[in-house]
Amino acid sequence: MIPELGYFSLTLAMVLSVLLCIFPLWGAHTGNLRLMRAAPSLAVGQFAFVLLSFAALIYASLTDDFTVSYVAYHSSSTLPWYYKVTSTWGGHEGAILLWLVMQAGWTAAVAVRSKSLPWVLRARVLGVLGFLGVGFMMYTLLLSSPFERLLPYFPVEGRDLNPLLQDPGMIIHPPLLYMGYVGLSVAFSFAIAALLTGKLDNTWAKWSRPWTMTAWGFLGLGLTIGSWWAYSELGWGGWWFWDPVENAALMPWLVATALLHSLSVTEKRGIFKSWTVLLAIAGFSLSLLGTFIVRSGIIVSVHAFATDPDRGLFILAFLGVVVGGGLALYALRVSQVYSEGRYKFVSREVALWLNNIFLVVATLIVMLGTLLPMVHKEMGLGSISIGEPFFNKMFAILLVPFAILMGIGPFLRWKQNKWAFLQNKILMGVLASVVITCAWLFSSYELVKPLTLLATTLAVWVAVSTGIDIYTKAAVHGTLIEGLKRFTVSYWAMVLGHIGIAFIIAGVSLTSAYSVERDVSMKPGDIAQLNEYEYRFDGVKTIRGPNYSGHAGVVSVLKNNELVTRLHAEKRKYDIGMQFMTEAAIDAGFKRDLYLALGEQLSGDAWSLRIYHKPFVRWIWIGGVLMSFAGFMILFDKRYRTSAKTARKAESESAL
Amino acid sequence: MNPRRKKRLLVIIAVLFGIGTSIGLVLYALQENINLFYTPSELIDGKGPNKEKPHIGQKLRIGGMVVPGTVERNEQSLQVSFKLIDTGPLVTVRYQGILPDLFREGQGIVAQGVLVEPNVIEAFEVLAKHDEEYMPAEVAEAVKGIKHEKPKYNLDSGS
Repeated sequence: MIPELGYFSLTLAMVLSVLLCIFPLWGAHTGNLRLMRAAPSLAVGQFAFVLLSFAALIYASLTDDFTVSYVAYHSSSTLPWYYKVTSTWGGHEGAILLWLVMQAGWTAAVAVRSKSLPWVLRARVLGVLGFLGVGFMMYTLLLSSPFERLLPYFPVEGRDLNPLLQDPGMIIHPPLLYMGYVGLSVAFSFAIAALLTGKLDNTWAKWSRPWTMTAWGFLGLGLTIGSWWAYSELGWGGWWFWDPVENAALMPWLVATALLHSLSVTEKRGIFKSWTVLLAIAGFSLSLLGTFIVRSGIIVSVHAFATDPDRGLFILAFLGVVVGGGLALYALRVSQVYSEGRYKFVSREVALWLNNIFLVVATLIVMLGTLLPMVHKEMGLGSISIGEPFFNKMFAILLVPFAILMGIGPFLRWKQNKWAFLQNKILMGVLASVVITCAWLFSSYELVKPLTLLATTLAVWVAVSTGIDIYTKAAVHGTLIEGLKRFTVSYWAMVLGHIGIAFIIAGVSLTSAYSVERDVSMKPGDIAQLNEYEYRFDGVKTIRGPNYSGHAGVVSVLKNNELVTRLHAEKRKYDIGMQFMTEAAIDAGFKRDLYLALGEQLSGDAWSLRIYHKPFVRWIWIGGVLMSFAGFMILFDKRYRTSAKTARKAESESAL
Repeated sequence: MNPRRKKRLLVIIAVLFGIGTSIGLVLYALQENINLFYTPSELIDGKGPNKEKPHIGQKLRIGGMVVPGTVERNEQSLQVSFKLIDTGPLVTVRYQGILPDLFREGQGIVAQGVLVEPNVIEAFEVLAKHDEEYMPAEVAEAVKGIKHEKPKYNLDSGS
C-alpha cells in the first residue's frame, strides 16, 4: 500500500511540475501576473510530493518489504537500519529518486529565496526548473520506478546492499554529489531565463552567483568524500582512479569553477556576459552527460548498475533537448549581448579569462579521455582503455601555468596595473616559496625529485602569495586587524578556496612521490619494516558482524620499539551473496597515513598483507573540504541577502 | 597593414600556434596510453578482420575466465599465476601481489599488463570488477556474445 502511495504521489508531483513548466513561462510570455504568481506554490508543492514519495521508499526499505523489487535487490533484513536507509540510493532507481528530491528541493529553495527578483525573471527561472523536473520525473515514472512489485512470488530475504556501499562515506557521498549536480541546474535556469528575458546584466550575475557557489561547494564536497571513500573502502590505497564515473563528476566541477570566476567578472565589470552564459549551460549539460555515462551502461565501473538501453536513450534524448535547446536559444540571443568595459593585458579581467581557459582545457582533456573509449567501442573498433598516465601527465602540464597564475591573480586590480606594483610582491612570493619548499623537502627527505620540488613549490607559492595579498591589502587600512575586519566575505572565500588548492597540490605531489607500499607474507610474530615504522603481525582472529563474518589481522605498529597503534585489518565475507570485502585498517594522521590491508591466507598461519605508508594524503581531502566551505561562505555574504525592502521595491516595479 | 591589424594578426597566429601544439601534445600522450583489450583467443588467433596479433612487449588488457585448478601460488613470495580462457586457447597470466577480493576460480577478470611471451602476460594490475552477475561486462560480452541483461532474481538466495 505504502509503495503505491509513493508512486501515486510521484505522479502528482509530475503533474505539478508540468504545471510549473507551463504556467509561469506562458505567464511571463503574455505578461499575465496571476499565472506567474502560481510558480512558487507549485514548486513547493512539487517538492512536498517528491519528498513523500521518497519517504515511502525509505519506509518500504526499513520495514523489509521484499515484495518491492527495489528493496529485494538492494537491502536485506540483517542490514543495520542506517544502511537500510542509505540502500534507498544504493541502486539505480532509488538514486534517481534521490536526484528528484534534490531537484525539487533546489526548485523549492529558489521559489522561496527569490522574492527580490522581478516576477518575469522569477517565473522564467522556476519554469525552466519545472521543465527539467518534468524530464526527470517522466524518466522515473516510465523507465525506472523504484516502486515496482515482485508479486505474487516475492523472496523471503533481500539480496543485500553491495558490501562496497556499506560504509559511512556512502551515506553522505551520493546526496552531496547530487546536490551539486542538480544545483547546477539552477545556474542553468538563471542563464536560460536571462536569455529569454533578453536582459543579461550584472544583476543577473549577482542573483546567479550564490546559487552557483553553493552548488559548486556541494559538488566539491561530494567529490572529496567520494575520493576518501574509495581510499578507505576499495583497499588499494588510491584516492583517484580517473574512472569514467569520477571523471563524469569532475567535468561539471571544473566548468562550475570556471563559471564562478567568470560570474565575478560579469557581476563586477559587466563583461564576459555571453561566455558566462555559455559556461552555465555547459555546466549543467555536463551534469547530464555524467548521468548518461553512469546510467546508460556503456561503461564498466563499480558505480554502474544493472543497465537498460531504453534508459540510456531517454537520458541521451533529454540531454539533446537541454543542450540543443539551450545552445539554440543562446545562438539566437547572443548577438544582442554587448559587453562594455575596457581593460589592458595586465589586469584581473585577463587573469580570470586565462583561469577560464585553463579550466576549460582541463575539462576537454577529461572529456576526451572519458568519451574516446566509449566512442571507439560503439563504432565497433574494439574495446580500449586510456590509462591514468595520460590524465596525470596532462594535468601536471596544465598545473604549472595555472598555479603561477593563481598566485598572481589576486594581486591584480581590475582594468590595468602598473608592473612596478606587482614586481615586489611577485619577487617576494617566489623567493619565499622557493626557500620554504627547499627547507621543508630537503630536511625531510633524502631524495627530492625535480618534479616533486616543482609541484610542491607551486603549492607553497599559491599559499604564500595569498598570504602576501592578505597582508598588503589589510595593511592599507592602518592596523592589520582593522584591515582584516574590512575584507568582504567573498574575498575570504577566495582566500579559503586558493588555500584549499594549495593543500591539494601539496598533498598530491608529496603522496605520489613518497608513498611506499609493500606486499608481504607474514606469520604471527613476523616483523616487516617500512620507513621508520615496524609492523608486527600478531595473528588473525575471527570476527562476526551483523551481516558478515570474517577474519581480522591484528598488527602492532612500533616506532623505536614503542607501540604507536594496533591495527585491525579485516577480511569480511558477507552472508548474502558470499562476497568478500577488504576493510582496510588506517591510522590517519596530519602528516602521514598508515594503511593496512589483509590479503588471503597463504599456507598454514601465513597471510599476505599489504602495507602502505602514505605521507600527506589527508591534505588532499583537507583541501577539498576547505574549497567547498569557500563555496558555502557566500551564504553569509550580506550583499547577496535580500532585505525585505528591496524585495518590495522589486515587486512594485515588476507589477508596473 | 596598420599597426593595430598587425598586432591582431600576431595574436591570432600565437593563439593558433598554441592550440596546435597543445592538440599535438594531447594526441601524442593519448596514443602512448591507449591500451587495447583482448580476449585469450584474440590474443592467440588475432583480433578483428585482419587478425592482428599484439607484439611482445606491448601493453594491453586481457579479460577472460580464470580456469579452475590453474591458480598456482609461490610458497615464499606473493607470486601467483593462473590461466585465462574464453572460447578457445588458454593464456597464462603472472602477477606479483595481492589479488582482489572478487578474484575466484571460474570467475571473469580483467588484467592489465605486458605481453612477455606469445601466450604469457606479466600483469601489473588484476581487476575483478563486476556487475551483479560477478562478471566484468567486457568479459561477459566477449565470452558469451551477449549484451548485459538484468539478472533474473534467484528465489532461493539467502533462504
